[in-house]
Amino acid sequence: MARRAGTLTALALAFVTLAPVAVVMVQAGGRGLTAPDWAALRFTLLQAVLSALASVGCAVPLARALARRRFAGRGALITALGAPFLLPVIVAVLGLLAVFGRAGVVNATLRGLGLPEVSIFGLGGVVLAHVFLNMPLATRMLLQGWQAIPAERLRLAESLGFTPREVWRHLERPMLRAVLPGALLAVFAICLTSFAVVLILGGGPAATTVELAIWQAIRFEFDLPRAATLAVMQVLACGGAVGLAGLVARAPGFGAGLDRLHPLPAPPGWRRGLDAAVLALATLFLAAPLLAVLQRGLPGLLSLPASIWPAAAASALVACLAAPLAVGGALALALGRAQGVRWLEPVAMLPMAGSQLVLGTGLFLIAFPFVTPARLSLPVTVLVTAVMSLPFAYRILAPAAQALVADYGRLAAALDLRGGAALRLLVLPRLRRPLGFALGLCAALAAGDLGVVALFATETGVTLPLAISRLMGAYRMDQAAGAALVLVALAFGLFWIGDRWGRGGTEA
Amino acid sequence: MSGLRPLHLRPNVKWSLTMKTLCFAAGCLAIATPALAETPVLDVLTYDSFVSEWGPGPAIEKAFEAECGCDLRFTPAGDGAALLARLQLEGARTEADVVLGLDTNLTAAARKTGLFAPHGQTPDLSLPVPFTDADFLPYDWGWFAFVHGKSLTAPGDFKALAASDLKIVIQDPRSSTPGLGLLMWVKAAYGDQAAQIWADLADNIVTVTPGWSEAYGMFLEGEADMVLSYTTSPAYHLIAEQDDSKAAAVFAEGNYLQVEVMGKLAASDQPELADRFLAFMLSDAAQSVLPVTNWMYPAHVPAEGLPKGFETLAQPAKSLLLSADEAEALRGPALDEWRAALAR
Repeated sequence: MARRAGTLTALALAFVTLAPVAVVMVQAGGRGLTAPDWAALRFTLLQAVLSALASVGCAVPLARALARRRFAGRGALITALGAPFLLPVIVAVLGLLAVFGRAGVVNATLRGLGLPEVSIFGLGGVVLAHVFLNMPLATRMLLQGWQAIPAERLRLAESLGFTPREVWRHLERPMLRAVLPGALLAVFAICLTSFAVVLILGGGPAATTVELAIWQAIRFEFDLPRAATLAVMQVLACGGAVGLAGLVARAPGFGAGLDRLHPLPAPPGWRRGLDAAVLALATLFLAAPLLAVLQRGLPGLLSLPASIWPAAAASALVACLAAPLAVGGALALALGRAQGVRWLEPVAMLPMAGSQLVLGTGLFLIAFPFVTPARLSLPVTVLVTAVMSLPFAYRILAPAAQALVADYGRLAAALDLRGGAALRLLVLPRLRRPLGFALGLCAALAAGDLGVVALFATETGVTLPLAISRLMGAYRMDQAAGAALVLVALAFGLFWIGDRWGRGGTEA
Repeated sequence: MSGLRPLHLRPNVKWSLTMKTLCFAAGCLAIATPALAETPVLDVLTYDSFVSEWGPGPAIEKAFEAECGCDLRFTPAGDGAALLARLQLEGARTEADVVLGLDTNLTAAARKTGLFAPHGQTPDLSLPVPFTDADFLPYDWGWFAFVHGKSLTAPGDFKALAASDLKIVIQDPRSSTPGLGLLMWVKAAYGDQAAQIWADLADNIVTVTPGWSEAYGMFLEGEADMVLSYTTSPAYHLIAEQDDSKAAAVFAEGNYLQVEVMGKLAASDQPELADRFLAFMLSDAAQSVLPVTNWMYPAHVPAEGLPKGFETLAQPAKSLLLSADEAEALRGPALDEWRAALAR
């Protein structure tokens, strides 16, 4: 039903992500890669692998506890999991520093107890920050997997008297085999292009990423081919990870269910205590920096300049235009992939590994001969944020689309259900939950994205992230902290609307 | 007005939404052209914080437009380094008439583009060092310095800083102009011994941030005792926040200068207007705006003097500044030295 749409989307996406790199690559100059570049690549891969393993490793027990326990505030906790991922990086880092930094709560406590202080700076700090930012996203992705186990299998397990160990072996492990590689891949790719977190918490030039080398190549050396080469290295690293994930992932083969609601077995005894401990620890770890951000930003809210509100409106507009674009594209790709067009998968992941700076520079070089870049500010911002958030939407939709085609593909073919009718009667109802989650997430990402806008910026069309960076650049850290809260509220509001629609009032 | 490009005639170009709005705008453009063609447009490419509502941009635009009978338009492009990259991307086809916001560590590379025209002006400058450049005119300047809380007894030079257990945050010379300034500072003060100074400083450096804002934010949150900024930074806290708790350390080796410059593009279609703008930027009207918006010293002290509060700032007895060509030649080796010393 969607093979052609998937192919067309993939071609367009490949063009939008690769053409700018090619344009940057063919510019004059180029002195090739140097020893520090290879050191940067090694560190980039090391921190990305560790961050992905740690984030997803922590997400498994958390998602499982959330999936099988019912408690007051559970819905709120699941929704709040969206928050860390949506924070502007510098705000998140300052939040973490308020807890783990030199003047933070942890070290103040250690000092009070006469114990030696801990330093957050270094590889450990980088991984800690990446876990804070990405573990919630991974948890949400895994939670979708738990929720996608058909109720019929759970009832069968119950009537067969499965022990928790057997539930793990026959239901949870196959499910994780399908979902884990994708979650690992998503976090790995995010951390691969992470820039500010690594630099700020890395503690020195030993912690340098490929993305920083790209910045240096473009901004100080104006060596565009070198920047493009570095960007290609990043894409190759991500491509390798996509291939690896593809080899490992297996469809769980649960078969179709009738969408009855059936709770997961909630084993009593020590497992209950363990789940409670996991939930409490995760909540504490995620909430403490968030509360610090909130406390830091609240006073600034009172003195916000009026210009914040048009900027917030501009960001909301970008989000509302970019999110449907990203999710529509991701849906076409996910359905195409589910119907057997294998090469769609790496293409869908392409933008995640792409360097925003190279993408923006390439688009600028393409557009500049024809039109004043400032006039393209909105279309380019929407296009780039849509492209950048598409892989997230794809990762969320892909497992569900796979299951949809496996379970209903033959029925749809027998009924000759195609095109708009298939979309309306089959795809939208079946995929509503992941679609809503993806829409919310993409909208929130688009609202928070500063990225390539810089090259196309105008004097007037300021988005909220740019307004925050201007406040910080003008010493106004308090107002910036307040404006960051506005951004979080906006991103979170957009996320909530999409997610809420997806959950459609049913129990999450 | 033959030299005008139609692209510039749409007043206050914001965002083009859809094809429909584009067509609509094109219609308006056709109608509006005869009336607006009387107003020449001067395009100034500058860094982002210059045009923000807290920067000098709005006041300067208002004052210059009142006397030039023109439309002054700022195009923001990141920071100083991003500005140069932007110009190199646009090359000779750039629509900019004036570039404002490079510093002397970048002017050699900027000159090499061949895009700039000599300014031909002989302004009366009040910089602490003699400064002449045929292509670039300074509009403000500042001393780099480590800023700290007043309760702290600041070290008197880099060696004392390295010997202390004070914690500092600095910026990365590969992504920020203050970071590059510090690299040049150590190089200008210590030459061949710079690598040793960096190695000794390694245990004082909490972290290296991508830009000035992150470092300054971390310092204000108490993550470090000192931060690389400017001697004028305490003036912001004093004047805008009535907070006199910050001070800047004067170093015995001398403090390195950041001189912010502007230049006229050879391909400008408004060369006379560009010249007028350069001259205006050095007039009292513009110079009196800069200290309390850009928080830097004016390149030419206006008749009314410096704003109240600036007299409290630390004044280094010795100023360091490498010439543009020296800075360009030293950047690569100094960077390798810095990376090797700190990566250990």
